[in-house]
Amino acid sequence: MVNSTLKSEVRNLNFHYGDLHALKNINLPIERRKVTALIGPSGCGKTTFLRCFNRMHDLYPHNRYGGEIILYPDGINIVSPEIDPIEIRMQISMVFQKPNPFPKSIYENVAYGLRVRGIKKKQILDEKVEKSLRGAALWEEVKDRLYDPAFELSGGQQQRLCIARALATDPRILLFDEPTSALDPTATSRIEALIVELKKEVTIIIVTHNMQQAARVSDYTAFMYLGELIEFDNTDKIFTTPANRLTEEYITGRFG
Amino acid sequence: MNHSQKRKIKEGAIETILFLCALFSVFITLGIVFILSYESFGFFKEVSLKEFFTGTQWTPLFAEPKFGILPLIMGTLLTTGIALSVALPLGLLVAVYLSEFAPHKMREIIKPVLELLAAVPTVVYGYFALLFLTPILQRFIPDLSGFNALSPGIIMGIMIIPYVSSVSEDAMIAVPMHIREGSYAMGATKFQTAFKVIIPSAFSGIAAAFIIGISRAIGETMVVAIAAGGMPNLTANPLEPVQTLTAYIVQVSLGDAPHGTVEYKTIFAAGITLFFMTLGFNILGFWLRKRIREVY
Repeated sequence: MVNSTLKSEVRNLNFHYGDLHALKNINLPIERRKVTALIGPSGCGKTTFLRCFNRMHDLYPHNRYGGEIILYPDGINIVSPEIDPIEIRMQISMVFQKPNPFPKSIYENVAYGLRVRGIKKKQILDEKVEKSLRGAALWEEVKDRLYDPAFELSGGQQQRLCIARALATDPRILLFDEPTSALDPTATSRIEALIVELKKEVTIIIVTHNMQQAARVSDYTAFMYLGELIEFDNTDKIFTTPANRLTEEYITGRFG
Repeated sequence: MNHSQKRKIKEGAIETILFLCALFSVFITLGIVFILSYESFGFFKEVSLKEFFTGTQWTPLFAEPKFGILPLIMGTLLTTGIALSVALPLGLLVAVYLSEFAPHKMREIIKPVLELLAAVPTVVYGYFALLFLTPILQRFIPDLSGFNALSPGIIMGIMIIPYVSSVSEDAMIAVPMHIREGSYAMGATKFQTAFKVIIPSAFSGIAAAFIIGISRAIGETMVVAIAAGGMPNLTANPLEPVQTLTAYIVQVSLGDAPHGTVEYKTIFAAGITLFFMTLGFNILGFWLRKRIREVY
């Protein structure tokens, strides 16, 4: 019954910030090892939606989830109150808008997620740190200064470090929240190339303001507007022949 | 006189008044440093620096006076050390609780109550140490003398918790939310986030809080004057009576050492020693803050 290419399935998802109904009846499949882009004008709920996947909203009071986000293969409902958000965050990593390394060394930043899981063996940590830094295309630049403070890296390097940190725990889904909005064009194109590379191993959901970025990196695109999912399809389809008039107006730049 | 000229004169007058206010406080500070240096200079004409810093007895009021400052420095360091071993960990934990764990309502209650701790007159703390804490401690530690370093040290520690916690908390609250979220997103618990990410992020602010606590403990007078005793005592044993630099100054100021005598000048010698100790810690704090500045 379950489609084997599905990593996750969003069913009738609703989300409230206090009295504000921020997400309305969202239904969306997330394909395994594909990049799904969430686009839409500011305030459409795309970041709110993304942050449901790792239960980030639980950090703040008066937030309420309704409906389901099913995570396959085990079929658990991510937004169920019975599920511990920490368990979810152990499996679903996030890369933020602004690079947010911790005030620690490069090595310790990448090892952070493993350390909070209680992994202490140096050999395991060393292996994971190297693998993750390689995965984030940062290894060659930092291998000789793993113990230097992460703040000494450039903005683009810091963001790749945050990607390495997110990869170190072998996440089942990797969430990107406008990961290049604070970066220059060169750093941006490196991150984009990296995302395309990463999808061979991991399922990715990316929120982006930049439609060209969505077109370049994603396989599927969801267009959201005022808390609703307006259209979801193959990225090519969305950007060439969108079915909905709103989608067309947005991607042609008539509003946004 | 037109409008713009009037405004210029008014602005100029305000600027001058503000400048004089600033100048006044600088002048007072310089005045204090000058008096301290001048009177200490008189003292050091009569007592050698060598005796002052290496002598192990401080008995300026005796028939055969001895002027070794070490017992007073030791007394100060001992009570300060005890106070800090109470205030720093507790203050830091309170700050962690308030900034990372406490629900909003709880914080609204605890913060003002904590600040009340700082509003209690220190003389009350002094009697609290002498008449309440010392007798209790004596039940567990029979060797404890009536006047001792331990009890006022602990009380002083409690007294400076709010100084440490409030500055530390400000530093922790100032850690940007996206750093916190970065930690939670990795599956960290509140506890792990607080200790592995927030405290290191807020380190310079916490160091500043510690320095404030240290300076406060070194300069504290009333509690130790009341509960630590009045006997300069070169000891590291917290169960014995000790005298601190500050308590000594109080003792002599209240007594009848005639103006101009060497006994009188000892106050200034003790005062300038105290001044350099707190100055040293403040410089250390300043340096720490500059060196370990966070880049968010």
